[in-house]
Amino acid sequence: MKIELSQVSRWYGNVVAVNDVTMTIGPGVTGLLGPNGAGKSTLLHMMAGFLAPSGGTVTLDGTQVWKNHQIYRNIGLVPEREGVYGFLTGWQFVLSAARLHGLPDPVEAARKALATVEMEEPKDRRVETYSKGMRQRVKVAAALVHDPPVLLLDEPFNGMDPRQRMHLMDLIRAMGTGGKTILFSSHILEEVERVAQQIEVLVAGRHAASGNFREIRRLMTDRPHLFKIRSSDDRKLAAALILDSSAGGVTLGPDGLEVQAAEFRRFAQLLPRVARAEGVRLHQVSPADEDLESVFAYLITRST
Amino acid sequence: MNTVVAGITYRALLGRRRIILLLLLPLGLIGLAILLRLVGSTDQRSALLLMENFAIATMLPLLGLIAGTGVIAPEIDDGTIIHLLSKPISRPVIAGTKFLVAASVLALFAAVPTYVAAWLLVRNEDGIAAGFTVGVLVAGIAYAAVFLLLGVITRHAVAIGVIYALVWETLVGGFIKGAQKFSIQQWGQAIADQISDSPFLTTEVTLGFAVPALIIVTVGSLFWAGLRLRAFSLTGDE
Repeated sequence: MKIELSQVSRWYGNVVAVNDVTMTIGPGVTGLLGPNGAGKSTLLHMMAGFLAPSGGTVTLDGTQVWKNHQIYRNIGLVPEREGVYGFLTGWQFVLSAARLHGLPDPVEAARKALATVEMEEPKDRRVETYSKGMRQRVKVAAALVHDPPVLLLDEPFNGMDPRQRMHLMDLIRAMGTGGKTILFSSHILEEVERVAQQIEVLVAGRHAASGNFREIRRLMTDRPHLFKIRSSDDRKLAAALILDSSAGGVTLGPDGLEVQAAEFRRFAQLLPRVARAEGVRLHQVSPADEDLESVFAYLITRST
Repeated sequence: MNTVVAGITYRALLGRRRIILLLLLPLGLIGLAILLRLVGSTDQRSALLLMENFAIATMLPLLGLIAGTGVIAPEIDDGTIIHLLSKPISRPVIAGTKFLVAASVLALFAAVPTYVAAWLLVRNEDGIAAGFTVGVLVAGIAYAAVFLLLGVITRHAVAIGVIYALVWETLVGGFIKGAQKFSIQQWGQAIADQISDSPFLTTEVTLGFAVPALIIVTVGSLFWAGLRLRAFSLTGDE
C-alpha cells in the first residue's frame, strides 16, 4: 500500500510546522530523518489520521486518511508517547488490541504478536513494571497484531538499550523485505541508515532531501566543511593550501588555521600531501561543524 | 457499545484509589442518614433536607464530575486514548460506550445510596425514596454526558466542571431564580417531585421543562462529544 502526501502543510496559528510537503511512501522501509522540532511527528500524525492537514491531502491508496476510522484496518501505529495502560498486563494490552480490531482469533493473534517482539516471558506482568524498551516492544506488538500492510512508528528506538534496538531494527528490516510499507521517524542518521532503504529528510517543516542512504550520505559529505588545524607552521601551511581550489578560504588565527573546504574528498587528500611537501607537522585536524544540526542547516540553505 | 472499550474504561475508572473517591461521598450520605435516625430525626422534613442539600446538590455533581470526566480525560492526558482511537471503531461508538460506563457507575454509586439513605429515614413514605432515586439517576445520566463532553473538549474539564456544579448550580442558582431553570440538579428535583407525593417537596422547574431539557442536554452533549472525538488531534510536543 502507498501513503501519498500532496502539498501537505500544517500550521498552528502563525507557526508553520510542515510546509508544502509532497512525498509517496511505498513498500519497504522509509526513514523520516530530521532534527528535533523539524515537524516529523506532525507529519506522521497527519499520515496516521490524528491531525488534519491545514492544506493539501494525505491519502492511503487513494482514500482520505483524516476522519476515516476504516484506515486502521490497514495501519498499525506506534506513537512516541507511552500510551500504554499501566494497569493492564502486556498480554491484556495486546489482546485488547486484537479484540478491538475484531480479529477472528484474537488469542492466537496476540500470542503471535508478542512472540514477534520477544515479549512472551514478561507478558503476564503489569505494563507499569516494564522498562521503557519493553513498553516500546509491547506497543509494537499491539500495532502489529492485525498484521497491517502499513506500519508507522514515531521515534521507535528512543529509550531502548542497544540489544533491543538491534532486535527492533532486524524486525523492521524483515517486515520491510516482506513487502510491508513501513515509515519510522528518527533524528539519528545512523539509525536511519541502518534500517531504511529510502530516506526522507525533513528540516524546519520542509522536505529537504530524498533518496537512498548512499545519496543522503553523499549529500552530507559533499557539502562545504570547516576544519580547524594546528600545525608546526600555520602560516606556511595556509599559504600552500590556498593554492588549491578545494580550499575555499583560509583564516589564520592565534588558535591555528580555519579552512573552509569546498570539496571534502579532495581536501582530505590534499591536506596530508601539502603538509608533507612543505615539511609541516600536523598537530591537530578537527572538523568544526560535524554535528547533525550543521548538516541540516546546510540542507536548508541548499533547498531554498 | 464496545465491550473491550467498556472493560478498559471500567478498570481505569474503578481501579486503585479512584474507587475510594467514588465511595467516600455515598458512604457519607448513608452515614448521615444513620446519624439522623439515631438522633430520632426520621421525619420527612429532615429526609428532604438531606436529599436536596447533600444527595442532589453535593454528592451527585461531584460524583458526576469524577465519573464523567474520569472515563476519558485521564486517557487523553496521558495519550493512552490512542490505543482505542487507532482502531477501526467509529469514534461516536467509543464516546457512547464511555458515556454508558459513566452513567452505570453513577447509578451504582449515586442512585443506589440515595435510595438506601432515604429508606433509612422514612422507609417508602410518600414515594420520597423512589422519587429521589429516579431523580438522581436521571440527573446522573445528564451529568455523565455533560462532563464526558467537557473531558473531550478541554484539558481543564475538572476545574470547569467544579465551577459549573458548585458555583453556577449551587451559588448562583440559590440567589437568582432564573438560573435554576438551567440546572441539572433542579431538573432531577422536578422528577423527584413528580414521583413523590410529599407535601414538603416543592420545585422551581416544571416537569414540562425539565424532561425535554434533560433529553436535549444528554443527547446533544453525546452527539457533540462524538463529533469532537472524530476530529481528535494529536498536537505533538514540537
